[in-house]
Amino acid sequence: MFLKKVALVSALAVLSGTAVSACEISARVSVVGNEFPAIQTVGAEAKACSGAEVSTNLTKDHQSINVPGMQGNPAEYTSAIIANSSIVALMNEDVIRPLDDLVAKHGANLQSSQLIKIGGKVMAVAFMANAQHLMYRKDILDQIGVEPPKTYEDMIAAAKMIRDQGIMQNPIGGAYASGWNLAQEFNNMFLGYGGSHFKDGSAAPNVNSDAGVKALNMMKELSAYMNPDFLTHDSNATNAEYRAGNIALLNMWGSRAASQTTTDGVTDAVKNGHAIAGPMTVGGGSIPASTLWWDGWTVAKNISDEEAEATFVAMSNGIRPELMGNETIRTQAVWLIDGYTPTDAAIGVFEAAKMGTIPYPMLPYMGLMHSALGNELSDFMQGKESAEQALADVEAAYIAAAKEKGFLN
Amino acid sequence: MQSNAQKRPLGLQIAIYTFAGLWLLMAAFPFVWTVWGSFKVELDFFSIADWTYAITGERTKAEYGRPFTGAGYEGAWIKEEFWRNAINTFIVCFFVVCTSLTIGTLGGYALSRSAYKYTFFLLITALIFRAMPPVTLVAGYMLPFFEWNLWGILPTTIIVLVAINQPFTLWMLHSFFQSIPKELDESAKVDGCTQFQAFRNVIIPVMWPGVITTGLFSFLLAYNDFAVTSMLLAEENRTMVPQIAAFLGTTYTEGNVMFAVSAVVSATVPLFILVMFFQRQIVSGLVAGAVKG
Amino acid sequence: MRHSTFFWFFLPTALAMLLFIAFPIVSVVMQSVFAPHPAVLVEVETCTPLSGCQRETTIDQEATRALREAEPLGRFVGLDIFTDRGHLATSEIKAIWANSSTWNEVFQRLGNLPFYRAMMFTLVFTFIVTPFVILLGLLIALTVNALNARLKGLVIFFSLLPFVITPLIGALVLFWMIDSRGVLGSSIQWIFSDPNLSLKASTGLMWFSLILYGVWHAAPFAFVIFYAGLQTLPKDQIEAAQIDGATRLQQVRYVVVPHLMPLVTFVALIQLMDNFRVFEPIVGFNAAAHAQSLSWFIFNDLGGETRQLSSASASSVLTIIGVAILLSPVLVRTWRDFKGKA
Repeated sequence: MFLKKVALVSALAVLSGTAVSACEISARVSVVGNEFPAIQTVGAEAKACSGAEVSTNLTKDHQSINVPGMQGNPAEYTSAIIANSSIVALMNEDVIRPLDDLVAKHGANLQSSQLIKIGGKVMAVAFMANAQHLMYRKDILDQIGVEPPKTYEDMIAAAKMIRDQGIMQNPIGGAYASGWNLAQEFNNMFLGYGGSHFKDGSAAPNVNSDAGVKALNMMKELSAYMNPDFLTHDSNATNAEYRAGNIALLNMWGSRAASQTTTDGVTDAVKNGHAIAGPMTVGGGSIPASTLWWDGWTVAKNISDEEAEATFVAMSNGIRPELMGNETIRTQAVWLIDGYTPTDAAIGVFEAAKMGTIPYPMLPYMGLMHSALGNELSDFMQGKESAEQALADVEAAYIAAAKEKGFLN
Repeated sequence: MQSNAQKRPLGLQIAIYTFAGLWLLMAAFPFVWTVWGSFKVELDFFSIADWTYAITGERTKAEYGRPFTGAGYEGAWIKEEFWRNAINTFIVCFFVVCTSLTIGTLGGYALSRSAYKYTFFLLITALIFRAMPPVTLVAGYMLPFFEWNLWGILPTTIIVLVAINQPFTLWMLHSFFQSIPKELDESAKVDGCTQFQAFRNVIIPVMWPGVITTGLFSFLLAYNDFAVTSMLLAEENRTMVPQIAAFLGTTYTEGNVMFAVSAVVSATVPLFILVMFFQRQIVSGLVAGAVKG
Repeated sequence: MRHSTFFWFFLPTALAMLLFIAFPIVSVVMQSVFAPHPAVLVEVETCTPLSGCQRETTIDQEATRALREAEPLGRFVGLDIFTDRGHLATSEIKAIWANSSTWNEVFQRLGNLPFYRAMMFTLVFTFIVTPFVILLGLLIALTVNALNARLKGLVIFFSLLPFVITPLIGALVLFWMIDSRGVLGSSIQWIFSDPNLSLKASTGLMWFSLILYGVWHAAPFAFVIFYAGLQTLPKDQIEAAQIDGATRLQQVRYVVVPHLMPLVTFVALIQLMDNFRVFEPIVGFNAAAHAQSLSWFIFNDLGGETRQLSSASASSVLTIIGVAILLSPVLVRTWRDFKGKA
């Protein structure tokens, strides 16, 4: 695998720089996780440990594999790399263990901000952050003479000017593909309007509210400036539009910022005009219409203490501070690791954090809400039903699912 | 039907060739387009600015100085070591085809030669089994396979693929065996053969057209399967299709679509050879089977 | 064939199916009537990077574990999951029936329930694609059979491509081609001289594209089966028909089609089943906003951040029942044939 090799080469470079790696383990380590470059690096660095076998299975189907793979006893996987949306599934099934004692023993290199604490117990160690924020074409905004938008209202005003001046027909891009992406855009907007998905302290849905209707109407208004096929555009398709020079403004994942200008065949206009900024607010709110994300690793519950310790040591080695001296690794993500100095592509995510962006809710039933939103909102976006009806459908679909899973009676 | 007893009128001849040509265009155009595009960069292949770029390769020229590049192939085969996945695919296909044909011919033959009512209900049950969506089956396998340490390896996937395709194989072979006259093996039994001897000496020689067609489908199912292979194989044992899917990327990160496209084009080459072989076999099988029958 | 001989011939294939299909089906049926235990929720403090701590709800594992251990299967819910809004939606149907004034309104509101919306698409897809696949497959088989030997191999190879090409990529390439800026999309815009026409933005056109893809993808399957069947067509029958002065059309109608009939039944069975389970084109075309199917529900239930196993199992059972209903006419026919022979 190319990605692995890059990671391995960089690992060797680091090793030669820092003399000896002090990673010695005495029991098997087996890791399951997603497959993007930053995780490939963590996996390769964990494999650099000696003394026992470290194996990794990095695949985009990791979410379907990690729960069954950790439910057995002993568990097949001693560690799962997850994000704040997917740790919930592991928590719900009770397959990961608290890490407090291991942090005390081997966690000297970890920053306290990396520790994901749930109910006072450390359940995961985060190593990178992500958020959606504004990306835009500076050259186009200069041409129409406006500053980069701070709010979605400004974004629409700018888009209107771009369209009216005949520069681009559909200047706004958005990952509005029906399903996960559309639901995520709704979450952003809904939180930006001050909404909260559930009634306080319960699993009862709360999206059919004023904030929900406003969020949907704003999304509809934005979609008027998007390619008419927007309901089929996921983040890959949206980025392709951007690189082809068809759109000037988009709310996009920070993890994609670095590759916008480096992909094969990007036009010079896009290369030179590309710029990023923090997330936008909406409706006069102060909290950005975006969510904060982290990726981190966990340790399985159904394994021996030796294996858990070996896993902790190996995974810590995968995110050790020395790696931040490597330029290739440094640009792979917005790292939360000690010694990381942000690259230019990372300012959007840090800006999001500074502005008080809400983390994606880590609630046991949030996944059900996300699925319900993804399925039921596209009728509204196509103009087939009212915002109230769409949100009522979302709540009905969510309630059916939550009843099945035992979150509601 | 090409007997000389009846020469085709010119109009029909023209109609046949026009239709063949039209269908060829429909069937081959997307593929030819893919082959052509596999030598371009992604922004040309999915030429969002102007679709003609996919033909002329504007962005490829800007990037590499000429309208063609082998970057996708190099990336897939050399950097990502796609040949490992190719080897896995051939192991899986070979064993799936052999196993499913062996047990399928035995079962299909038995079904076609037994007149008891249960054969009909077995066939119906097999059909109902096939109605089960593979996604659900696979989700059910995960936990026991992890428990028994069977997950992630090629043999498990092979057996699962054989089992999932068995209803189809049975039905197809059953239909083919029914078109082989019963008198053939019955006369052999009259001559003192056991059922198995009759099967081996009389049926096996004439069954090849059906078996090879069935084998072709088993092969294609195994070759193209995504639901089973993507969920049951560990990263290092991946076959070609899940690897191609991995090239495509996720919400979180960019894939390399051109690696996927060139991998797909490369994966079609062995099929070309296979179909040539298949075509010859089925014609020679015709001579062996139908003439005797 | 004697029972014991039959048994030994059939044993290996029966074992494979029993282990890997029958047992899982039993467990799926079980799963569809049992749901997870009620979760005991507690509010705790959660701390995450870059944003500090806040109070969030989580599952109280200690309390939930006791429930799980007492009844490992989960709580018995009977047919509740089958009748909930995500599936048959019985109470919603009653409500619609009770307070809708016109038929139009009934259909409008039925279309708002996911199961019935998906059913509408699935049935339209199944009943359009299946006959067209059989017809096109037969035409191609007859045509290829009439070509000269040199051309045959080439045509067979290219004919197989739509069936062979990895569906993931096949759908991706076609999806791109029909984009409003792709080669086919641009051509269609040019043909209808409407620069704003987009296949992907309208439900009707998306259905049309999916159906077209379905026929394109499956026609080679019918073709290969029919082509193999044509090779076993007895020459003397055709010759006899020719001597009787039958026209070509009559030869096809009275000799070729009856000879292929068992294969037509087979193709129809498999196609009805596969089209009813339509799934890959919906994912490949990103068409979930316009068209959904039962198989897509299952995929969606299993693929979310929180897997809904019971719901997916119920959808699977409904799929099996749906296929059984759909196939029953063909099965009754097969049963008559079978009895006729025996």
